Amino acid sequence: MTVLFGIFLLTLVVITALAIVHTKNLFVAVMLLGIFSLLIAANFFLLDAADVALTEAAVGAGISTVLFLGALALTSERERAATPHRWLSLAVVASATLVVLYATFDKPTFGDPNAPVHQHVAPWYLEKTPEYVGIPNVVTAVLGTFRGYDTLGEVFVVFTAGIGVLFLLSGGGPAGPPKRQARPDGSAIGLRDDLIPRVVARLLVPFILLFGLYVQFHGDYGPGGGFQAGALIAAAFILYALVEGEGRTLEALPRSALMALTVAGALLYGGVGVAGIVLGSEFLDYSVLASNPVTGQQIGIILIELGVGMTVTGVLLSIFHAFAAREQT
Amino acid sequence: MYYAVTIATLVTMALALIRALLGPTVYDRVLSVNMFGTKVVLLLSVIAFLGGRPDFLDLALAYALINFIGVLAVLEFFKSRAARRSAEHNQGKAS
Amino acid sequence: MELVLDIVSWILLSAGGFFVLVGGIGALRMPNLYTRMHAASVTDTMGAVLVLGGVMVQAGLSLAAIKLAAILLFLLITSPTASYALAHSALLAGVKPDSGCAADPEGHP
Repeated sequence: MTVLFGIFLLTLVVITALAIVHTKNLFVAVMLLGIFSLLIAANFFLLDAADVALTEAAVGAGISTVLFLGALALTSERERAATPHRWLSLAVVASATLVVLYATFDKPTFGDPNAPVHQHVAPWYLEKTPEYVGIPNVVTAVLGTFRGYDTLGEVFVVFTAGIGVLFLLSGGGPAGPPKRQARPDGSAIGLRDDLIPRVVARLLVPFILLFGLYVQFHGDYGPGGGFQAGALIAAAFILYALVEGEGRTLEALPRSALMALTVAGALLYGGVGVAGIVLGSEFLDYSVLASNPVTGQQIGIILIELGVGMTVTGVLLSIFHAFAAREQT
Repeated sequence: MYYAVTIATLVTMALALIRALLGPTVYDRVLSVNMFGTKVVLLLSVIAFLGGRPDFLDLALAYALINFIGVLAVLEFFKSRAARRSAEHNQGKAS
Repeated sequence: MELVLDIVSWILLSAGGFFVLVGGIGALRMPNLYTRMHAASVTDTMGAVLVLGGVMVQAGLSLAAIKLAAILLFLLITSPTASYALAHSALLAGVKPDSGCAADPEGHP
């Protein structure tokens, strides 16, 4: 029955993707991309991949939509007319699709217990996680310890992306462009003139921040972790910026603090790795962080997840402020 | 027991998608994205709890938060675009 | 006792599913933006209360029930607010509330 639900959702995904490609209006495409991310997140959820579903929902459906709209505010809303006679690109895409479809015929059936991934990879991680790391969530253990270099690379990729966007938009320095508080025609910024969303948002922001911290530290026991928590905390600040205006949000968390948060997160991760060397073992070996190796692993995972969360929050908020500042000037 | 409500929610998600594809004004599409979001929250809650995995309810809560913030961001964006357009229009009329 | 709880939660879930479906059909068939918004937001909240109530009855008194209550409370506070913000924006942008009128003349795409 779950397979039928999955097939239904994937059919909706295909319809949405066709509509996104077909439409010429970019706002419509952004809305449909939000729906697309939601469908994919629901599909991941049906496949029991909760961490991925949470990240996809938080980043893809929420933050990405906001950032795309910020980018659309700086450019035009209609797609440029396509060049006709794109036969070469159509041929390349069609042949690549056929090759990929042919390759899927050799894969094991979905859910087959005799597939190599269920015989060798998965049981190894399921056995070794309680022995080496001792936390219930195997996904966090794989992400944090067994494949720690990968996550280090991801943190530095997010950091580099943030630096790149700020460099391009040139509005991210501590001095920044002069910030005006009112629009050209005198109407207030943000949903400030709407009383109800303002009251509700002010009521909710502390709870969203608390929930973000819960997701951050609960990543060892359930779905959660640094990336999701970073997106949720950034979303809380974005909500505050929407109803109170960007100026007051920058008073609450200035650009210098955002930059410090971003850099500190990446440094924390690298620092934990170097601490492994300093204490006599290899880079990113957490076992030496405490007298008991299993406790050391847990301390290491908490610290690196904190680093990831800090960097993701800092980068997402910096990008949001960069777009918002550009739109005003 | 929960198949009926899951099927109803999935069908409603499909109907909301049709409205997003059809809607003449852009506000129709925002409405359908909002409705889609709350249906996803309901779907996640039902499947999480009644499928035997109560610790996945965090996803439903996070998704409800993100949906709300996303809809407000979109509306704010349309307001600022309309304000900017009317400002340019007034400047164009004055000059 | 188990049977009574099961029957109550079955009734709540079915009623919630019915409201959810009615909302979807209403959003598709109503002639105007505002009538669609009415259908979507009212049935959203009602359906959410019934469905989450039905699942909470199944949960008894546990951490899952508290999380479900938090989701329900959150949806009750934010879903009407989002609908209000949407209607307000649409009115300010000039979409007319005449019945049968599908789009405003300047055509927001």
